[in-house]
Amino acid sequence: MLDFTRNHFELFGLPVRYALDESALDDAYRALQRTVHPDRHAGSDDAAKRMALQAAARVNEAHRTLADPVDRARYLLSLRGVDAFDETDTALDVDFLERQLDRRERAAEAAEAGDTGALEALLDEVRRESASAQTALGSMLDAPTPSSESRGRVRELRFLDKLAGDVDEMIDGATSSPAWR
Amino acid sequence: MALMQIAEPDELPQKRPRRRAIGVDLGTTNSLVATVREDGIAVVLSDDEGRPLVPSIVHYGPEGVEVGYDAARSQTSDPHNTLVSVKRFMGRGLADLSDARRFPYRFVEAPGMVRVVTRAGEKSPVEISADILRALRARAESQFGGPIDAAVVTVPAYFDDAQRQATKDAAKLAGLPLLRLLNEPTAAAVAYGLDHGVEGVYAVYDLGGGTFDISILKLTRGIFEVLATNGDSALGGDDFDHRVFCWILEAAKVPPVSAEDARRLLLLSRDAKEMLTGHESAPIVATLSTGQRIELSLTASTFTEITRNIVDKTLAPVRRALRDAGLKPADLDGVVLVGGATRMREIRRAVAAFFGQAPLTNLDPDEVVALGAAMQANALAGNRGKDEDWLLLDVIPLSLGLETIGGLVEKIVPRNATLPVTRSQSFTTWRDGQTAMAIHVLQGERERVDDCRSLGRFELRGIPPMVAGAARILVTFQVDADGLLSVSAREETTGVEASITVKPSYGLGDDEIARLLRESFEHAADDMSVRVLGEARVDADHVAMATESALAADADLLSQDERAAIEAAVARLRSARARDDASSLRAAVDALNRATEVFAARRMDRGVRQALAGRAIDSLA
Repeated sequence: MLDFTRNHFELFGLPVRYALDESALDDAYRALQRTVHPDRHAGSDDAAKRMALQAAARVNEAHRTLADPVDRARYLLSLRGVDAFDETDTALDVDFLERQLDRRERAAEAAEAGDTGALEALLDEVRRESASAQTALGSMLDAPTPSSESRGRVRELRFLDKLAGDVDEMIDGATSSPAWR
Repeated sequence: MALMQIAEPDELPQKRPRRRAIGVDLGTTNSLVATVREDGIAVVLSDDEGRPLVPSIVHYGPEGVEVGYDAARSQTSDPHNTLVSVKRFMGRGLADLSDARRFPYRFVEAPGMVRVVTRAGEKSPVEISADILRALRARAESQFGGPIDAAVVTVPAYFDDAQRQATKDAAKLAGLPLLRLLNEPTAAAVAYGLDHGVEGVYAVYDLGGGTFDISILKLTRGIFEVLATNGDSALGGDDFDHRVFCWILEAAKVPPVSAEDARRLLLLSRDAKEMLTGHESAPIVATLSTGQRIELSLTASTFTEITRNIVDKTLAPVRRALRDAGLKPADLDGVVLVGGATRMREIRRAVAAFFGQAPLTNLDPDEVVALGAAMQANALAGNRGKDEDWLLLDVIPLSLGLETIGGLVEKIVPRNATLPVTRSQSFTTWRDGQTAMAIHVLQGERERVDDCRSLGRFELRGIPPMVAGAARILVTFQVDADGLLSVSAREETTGVEASITVKPSYGLGDDEIARLLRESFEHAADDMSVRVLGEARVDADHVAMATESALAADADLLSQDERAAIEAAVARLRSARARDDASSLRAAVDALNRATEVFAARRMDRGVRQALAGRAIDSLA
């Protein structure tokens, strides 16, 4: 069998850490797909074709996980035996939650008023906070003695990404209607 | 960093005979077939009169089936038996066709897919599409002077699983050796990208006769990576024709018209639309069967006005695709226009305004998809040269999920996941002592089951009685490189399994395909058993050759015993090849496939290690 015991980082020849060299990841990803993708085995026998399908799906999954800041953090924690999204502990920092609830309200009001400018500004704000949360998370996860706070930070990061996605959708909704001009 | 060069895994040490490979663009309005010539140039195959297009029209006439220009002549005289735009009905039930009333056909609801009553009996869209594909296959075979070895057929990127499966079934029914379904915008990107040697991020805006796709691709050193795709599988040039048709009825105060007159006016509407790409007005003149005389002039500005909301309707998917790709319009290096409908000035203006740059129009919007498909078919058939080292990484257009409690959909595979993809999720039982679980597979972006497309249902039975929540049922979705889904479920504590290839709700059953194939062979007076044996021989030669070349390249991965076992299986295959029995030949092929499983895995692993060898070796674990 293809060596499925290697973790996602090892699969791409990358160091097991949060800080990521994105172009190294993409280069390794493309080099691997050039080898394993089913289109490269169209002339092979069925066993090789099945293998190619499995291997390419695995390479895709590994790439998707590492390329996403939230999934990469969660995955890194899972390698250390920590479940970031354990359903028995979903607590978030109260100040953090209040800040996001306030933003959700502002987003809903702006969407109601069709105020795309306000939505864009809000999206920028959320994305900036998300970027700095990633940096903070990276220094926690890559520290010689990993902090126990990192789990909470991963959940916050996921929350911010979800919010950014929702605001983005509101902007789309505000600009694409009405259908008739 | 320079990458080490590696040999293609299935590259053969000896030169293998060139295989006859075709790319087929099965369009709503027109279809084409293309091939890559021995000199490496992709060309569309024209008919005796030099016409590259085959109108996607099938006429079930009193004398038999006609396809293309011959069928087009019967559109106005025999509209009920002359089927146009059948691609709109692929994989669709009657309830899905909001525009069914536009067509003069007698639709009947059938399990899975709508059918049309014709002189030749009830026809499913799959059978009608197969008639078009047969005409294209015949054109290619007469020019090659022999049977086709490999085919790639294109589908709109936004086609769902049911529509893809229907297209695959049509290819099977037409006797095409289908290697891959390829997304139309991706095919266009390949043809454009390889021809012009471009790199960067490109949007392909593909407005065909009945479907709209937008794909965002990243082209990097021979890799075509689709970042996101979106679209509308019921929006195209037909809708512009229909707008003009409605305008004529209103402007000339025409009472409800017969099917014949409707078809005639729709054709005039299309002519007017096409004329307006280069003129400021188009005359519309006709005498209806009622004797009513129509004399109108459609100006470009009226046309722009009455079609504005259709043009706008294409921009919402464009925005969604960009958002999914995490890009802004200004981030794109170019916008490629594909599909005959993009000749309209309204479309070019809207695209230029949205992206802030003039779209690229230095390619034939009708031919580029077929040319790209031919390049992919050529590559998959193993004909490509050393310098043609490229790869497509495509995505799934719509999310896939399962029904959960409360009529909600739990997404398992998100839209725009790169193919192939395998995803699993655990579910548990809802009631104490529950021994079966109904698994309902859905496709779409909405949260409620009723708003998504149902792809199929199956049951996992034999779960041992446990308290609610104790069983662990792992459901696995696998989507292959054609974008087709198969689903399996397994109860983890007992190992009870169930699986389906998703096609029951909308596809034709395998037995129905077999019946139709049998019928079509009878009609063609073809000898089924000869054909089956022929196919088995091609398969056998192929597998034997692939195995021998693998042994020549990587025999060092095997122990002497392992190697002897594989060689014995090849020898058995060769002796089965000498006899005229398809079933023993198939059995020998299967046996060889089983014998090479471990070898294939080791070769794949070697390939992976070699692929990474040119990269930071010290960081490898």
